[in-house]
Amino acid sequence: MAMEARTAATPRLTPRPAGAKSTAPAASPAAAPPAAIPRTAIDPPTPPLAAAEIGCTGLHKSYWKGALSVPVLKGVDLQVRGGEFLAIVGQSGSGKSTLLHLLATLDRPDAGEVHFGGRRIDSLPAAERDRLRNRDLGMIFQFYHLLPELTTLENVLAPALIAESTWGYWRRRHAYRQRAAELLDLVGLAHRLRHRPRELSGGEMQRAAIARSLLCRPRVLLADEPTGNLDRETGAQILQILVELNRRENLTIVMVTHDPWVAAQADRTVTLRS
Amino acid sequence: MYKLLLCWRYLRTRTIALVCIVSVTLGVATMIVVNSVMAGFTHEMQARLNGMLGDLIFESRSMDGAADADAHMRRIRELAGGDIEGMSPTVHVPALMYLDVGGQLLTRQVTLVGIDSDTYASVSQFGEYLQHPANRSGLGFDLRDRGYDVVDHQADDPARVKERTAMREAGWGYRRMKHLMRQQNEEHRRRLAAAGGAAAPQSAGPTLQDPFAAAAPPAPEEGETFDPSREQHTGIVVGIGLCGFRAADGSDQFVALPGDDVRVSFPKASLPPEAISEFYTIVDFYESKMNEYDSSFAFVPLQQLQRSRGMIDPQTGVGKFTSIQIKLRPGVAADAVRDRIRDAFPAQLYMVSTWRDKQGPLLAAVQMETAVLNVLLFMIIAVAGFGILAIFFMIVVEKTRDIGILKSLGASGNGVMGIFLGYGLSLGIVGSGVGLVLGLAFVARINEIADLLGRLTGQPVFDPSVYYFYRIPTMVVPFTVGWIVMGAVAIAVLASVLPARRAARLHPVQALRYE
Repeated sequence: MAMEARTAATPRLTPRPAGAKSTAPAASPAAAPPAAIPRTAIDPPTPPLAAAEIGCTGLHKSYWKGALSVPVLKGVDLQVRGGEFLAIVGQSGSGKSTLLHLLATLDRPDAGEVHFGGRRIDSLPAAERDRLRNRDLGMIFQFYHLLPELTTLENVLAPALIAESTWGYWRRRHAYRQRAAELLDLVGLAHRLRHRPRELSGGEMQRAAIARSLLCRPRVLLADEPTGNLDRETGAQILQILVELNRRENLTIVMVTHDPWVAAQADRTVTLRS
Repeated sequence: MYKLLLCWRYLRTRTIALVCIVSVTLGVATMIVVNSVMAGFTHEMQARLNGMLGDLIFESRSMDGAADADAHMRRIRELAGGDIEGMSPTVHVPALMYLDVGGQLLTRQVTLVGIDSDTYASVSQFGEYLQHPANRSGLGFDLRDRGYDVVDHQADDPARVKERTAMREAGWGYRRMKHLMRQQNEEHRRRLAAAGGAAAPQSAGPTLQDPFAAAAPPAPEEGETFDPSREQHTGIVVGIGLCGFRAADGSDQFVALPGDDVRVSFPKASLPPEAISEFYTIVDFYESKMNEYDSSFAFVPLQQLQRSRGMIDPQTGVGKFTSIQIKLRPGVAADAVRDRIRDAFPAQLYMVSTWRDKQGPLLAAVQMETAVLNVLLFMIIAVAGFGILAIFFMIVVEKTRDIGILKSLGASGNGVMGIFLGYGLSLGIVGSGVGLVLGLAFVARINEIADLLGRLTGQPVFDPSVYYFYRIPTMVVPFTVGWIVMGAVAIAVLASVLPARRAARLHPVQALRYE
């Protein structure tokens, strides 16, 4: 499996450790299709990751189908700088989502390491990984994944509900509610606070999911095909929100997509190839 | 916090879960009702058993009794004086009682008890069961003029009780009337015999015959002729079940009344045994509502019985007794006192037992019935537990993606487990809470419900001719109720453990991908 990286302005070889530090600055999302320079990324030496916000080295992951092992990732290296908007593209089954799940510590790699903020996170105990997902890593999904029993506002508040004890939440409930309302306002859902997810359109659900992922002020937003289930126009609106978050708040975003147009909105695109 | 919120939301949105609460509710309600009724019966029965017997019974193993009750009582008082409230010697002897009903002789097997009217009231509630108010305040063996209870004084609700109209006439008036009728009958028969010869007595029928005519005439007292219209034999207090029966409609019918004479045969305390036969006049009925007692005991004055049986030593004048009833002070452990007294007397001659020992088999039977019922009913709740288990597994499968979402948002495995354990706990609390309210309401209104059911089906649910209670006795024991509710909640929580663990172990990525 190979990984190919490019940036809109200055094509560079990303997976190499040296390249990770000096990736190109944010470019216009509407840049012309750049030339892609393939480059194998297998068996890299462990790179210094201090400057990378989130990244991985030598990541291996395979799934078992009965007695048969199906390799999905074979030695993937990736570094994402703070404030970068990175798109990971690849064919179906190339392991994009698996990579994202590994970055989010939802799954553990067979080999290799995942780093976040300068420390290794894939080997942390479960409680710490839960905390990390709760506070520092926001996630949005193709199918939005809102909880159907909760209202929009409660869905956005879910990370706070999980983070706090009953008493702690009760004490700070006003602050949390205000923050949730502000975020919903930011994504344009201020009029939908009391609605259940099933009463919302796909675009609205994805906006609510973005608001939810931002509640605890994460350092990195991991987006798994955020526009995959939306029409082009709605998808563009969602992307617009992500781009603005990246610009204004300097939020690091790692987005998985199979759509070249969507990927083009990012600062930098890497391709996962079988 | 999210656990509480999600528990609450699942509770409100999953009606199928509410269905499995219903079985918990019904189980808890049934257990509360059954336990309350059983406790009520047991309590009522124990009160009556204890009311008839003293707390401790000191018995001679010989039916002919042991001499000198006073000396024995002194010794017992030395052993346990501080714990004893009262003592009374009695003589028990099996006897046959003959009732004359319209010329027919009804034979009853009874235990004849000689009681000391001064002290017996201090060892049992015997007095409270009598039918004449004056006898209740002070027991006497003299026939009263009238004033016997027409309405059962022990009934909880006198308005519901059928009147015993026959008791209105009982007493001296009834006795004189009966004597007059007998005299007239005899007069009539004599005239017929004089006029018509031998055929007349047959046509008169058995009702006109004096049943005691064939027997020895009533013992003349002080050489005079006994006049039943002015005199009575020694008084006897008879169990109401011996002289009456309850008809199917709940009214009481009597075959004899206070004022009637009965004949009692019993053995003398001598060798060889010798049966003697004496007349007694019924002066009152007692009604303990324990059918076993009400249809087997007859009470006479102790001294009279001792004299008749030859239990009084001619030289010293000291009487024999067969048992001493002992009443203990409230709160005294009967078993400890029993053992102390038992150790001090030779076991070959004397038997000491508590009233519980005496009624051991009966009490044990009731206790076992209660235990078996509880086990069976608790199985119903256990079945409900399996219902919860199955439905929870379904809910966990249905909520697989939500569990994945929660984990991706940072919820721990324990947190997810907590949701489902909390869900089971709240189901258990809601289910048994509703069951508690239903059960207690049912117990509070059980008689009205029984009446209503009786009216609807035309078949009385609680037949007062079977039980000597007019109403279904109930007693709610908070301790038992607490155990039932806690047990039901525990079963609901236990049933949710397996599904909750499954939820906690779900792999977040697989859960998120679950369709």
